Amino acid sequence: MSILINKDTRIITQGITGKTGQFHTEKCIEYANGKNCFVAGVNPKKAGESIFDVPIFASVKEAKAQTAATVSVIYVPPAGAAAAIWEACEADLDLAICITEGIPVRDMLIVRNRMRQKEAGGGKKTLLLGPNCPGLITPDEVKIGIMPGHIHRKGRIGVVSRSGTLTYEAVAQLTEIGLGQSSAVGIGGDPINGLKHIDIMQAFNDDPETDAVIMIGEIGGPDEADAARWCKDNMKKPIVGFIAGVTAPAGKRMGHAGALISGGADTADAKLGIMEECGFTVTRNPSEMAKLLKALL
Amino acid sequence: MKIHEYQGKEILRKFGVATPRGIPCFSVDEAVKAAQELGGSIWVVKAQIHAGGRGKGGGVKLARSPDEVRAHASAILGMQLKTHQTGPEGQKVRRLLVEDGADIKKEYYVAALTDRATQKVAIMASSEGGMDIEEVAHSTPEKIIKVFADPLVGLTDAQAQQLADGIGVPSASQAQAIDTFKKLYTCYMETDASLAEINPLILEGNGNIKALDAKFNFDANALYRQQEIVAYRDLDEEDADEIEASKFDLAYISLDGNIGCLVNGAGLAMATMDTIKLFGAEPANFLDVGGGATTEKVTEAFKIMLKNTQVKGILVNIFGGIMKCDTIATGVVTAARETHLAVPLVVRMKGTNEDLGKQILAESGLPIITADTMADAATKIVAAVQ
Repeated sequence: MSILINKDTRIITQGITGKTGQFHTEKCIEYANGKNCFVAGVNPKKAGESIFDVPIFASVKEAKAQTAATVSVIYVPPAGAAAAIWEACEADLDLAICITEGIPVRDMLIVRNRMRQKEAGGGKKTLLLGPNCPGLITPDEVKIGIMPGHIHRKGRIGVVSRSGTLTYEAVAQLTEIGLGQSSAVGIGGDPINGLKHIDIMQAFNDDPETDAVIMIGEIGGPDEADAARWCKDNMKKPIVGFIAGVTAPAGKRMGHAGALISGGADTADAKLGIMEECGFTVTRNPSEMAKLLKALL
Repeated sequence: MKIHEYQGKEILRKFGVATPRGIPCFSVDEAVKAAQELGGSIWVVKAQIHAGGRGKGGGVKLARSPDEVRAHASAILGMQLKTHQTGPEGQKVRRLLVEDGADIKKEYYVAALTDRATQKVAIMASSEGGMDIEEVAHSTPEKIIKVFADPLVGLTDAQAQQLADGIGVPSASQAQAIDTFKKLYTCYMETDASLAEINPLILEGNGNIKALDAKFNFDANALYRQQEIVAYRDLDEEDADEIEASKFDLAYISLDGNIGCLVNGAGLAMATMDTIKLFGAEPANFLDVGGGATTEKVTEAFKIMLKNTQVKGILVNIFGGIMKCDTIATGVVTAARETHLAVPLVVRMKGTNEDLGKQILAESGLPIITADTMADAATKIVAAVQ
């Protein structure tokens, strides 16, 4: 098993005909069961055509109706990305994964509140992963997003992070010492996003095929502390934790829109402290994440 | 993106928030002329820099005659204004705001910002205006009133009333305060701000509510649709190297250490900086070359890092995913040659085409030190610069 996605997941690509969408869709199709998983693309101007043998539909709703897909991945450029998320939600998909970086925060605020309003009104809940994230992968089954497939290896360790390349770093370390991954999830570096550390930790806790987790965070926001407090009372599996940005100055946006220290609780030290109190094995040396995790098994 | 106080007040006025009358000035003569134009008998001369704490640093002065305006303007314009937000070298004052003096009866605080936990817009107000809000939050948190506005609904009358009651606005001025809060919220949303702060918001002797200061920060992701805001950008207030880097789509931030670092990905870049510190040195910068680094981009990145004369060594840390290690290796070799690199260079590469990348570095004939892990790379660069 795995979390959120597996070899039987049926996926729609929103923005499949754009440069980024095309490039990554091809890589995803080539990976493991991707050929069977990526069943539809969306572009209202190219409905009826196909790309990499994937049929293109005019809307997410139509793509879902024709292919029974339940998940979408979004490569739509920033100005239209929030609308693409909303389209996936309106089509009642289970999960929308938004890779797009640079979406205005106000657009995300509005779409997140619309999603909540829909749920509150009895509508189907669509989970959102991202935006500004690498996506997620269940090794040897399916890869949805922009991560390099070849560094992964099937196994029993979960990985969750806000950062793309730092996720790859953890994955590569695990693979190198002979530990594989159940799923590796990038939740993204934006301040207003969908699934948070706490949600992914809950999913890994419930997944019988995950034995332990590496949780990686960074400066800014309350997410890591919230997840740590939840883990303290509920998590049955060992966790290695790392927070990037001990050396980051206050008030500067460190690449990610959400990586910004605006108060004491935003600092890496504060988060590392809470994670340690909550029973995580924390490290300040990101080169030893996998080694520390192996020692806990 | 940050703007000046006088620009912030222009925006507030556009949204109907009352502010004192004021005129921005770029010279002492302009300041005196502005005071005469405003009339009255009391003026405030305010340094315009993108940092808070200007009053404490001597950048805000009261004047009771045009001669005093001239004296204060001469003293402030051109000074290196040091505040808790500028760093020890201070920031040069190039612009002034000359404003009507205000009859301050009471100072409040109000700000709008995005709350990550609730995914709503938080409107924060306090009876303790004119003070550092972090300090108020720390010592007397009960004096900060917060409401969360749903962006689909806006700030409701009831919420605005709650704020006005919570900070003790006298009943005769409540309608004005409520109106101000609602306009601040609208302004925050429509300008794609990430912070809109009025500190202090004052109650005047005659019962009027006015914004005596204005601090804004804007969402960089939304600037493409906020041309009026972009026009307010003052490059003099920004780090020249950071501006240069942004032209090449590089995320760069100057720091105080002596190890330059070039990394792909924001999280990995921070982790690399942290590792440098863990092994006994300090990073000179944050630099994320992003996912699509080319030889040109890497060369520019080297040039920007090397402009900093503090840099005694460079650490390159690349996780090749979509970006291939051999592409980066070629870029690094070209950049090292073009910049006549004279400081030690440690390169750590991992991922796609790793071996090919290492081979390119080895065959370049350049004295590049290679490393297998981030820790190994940090150890090597720290040793090399000592």
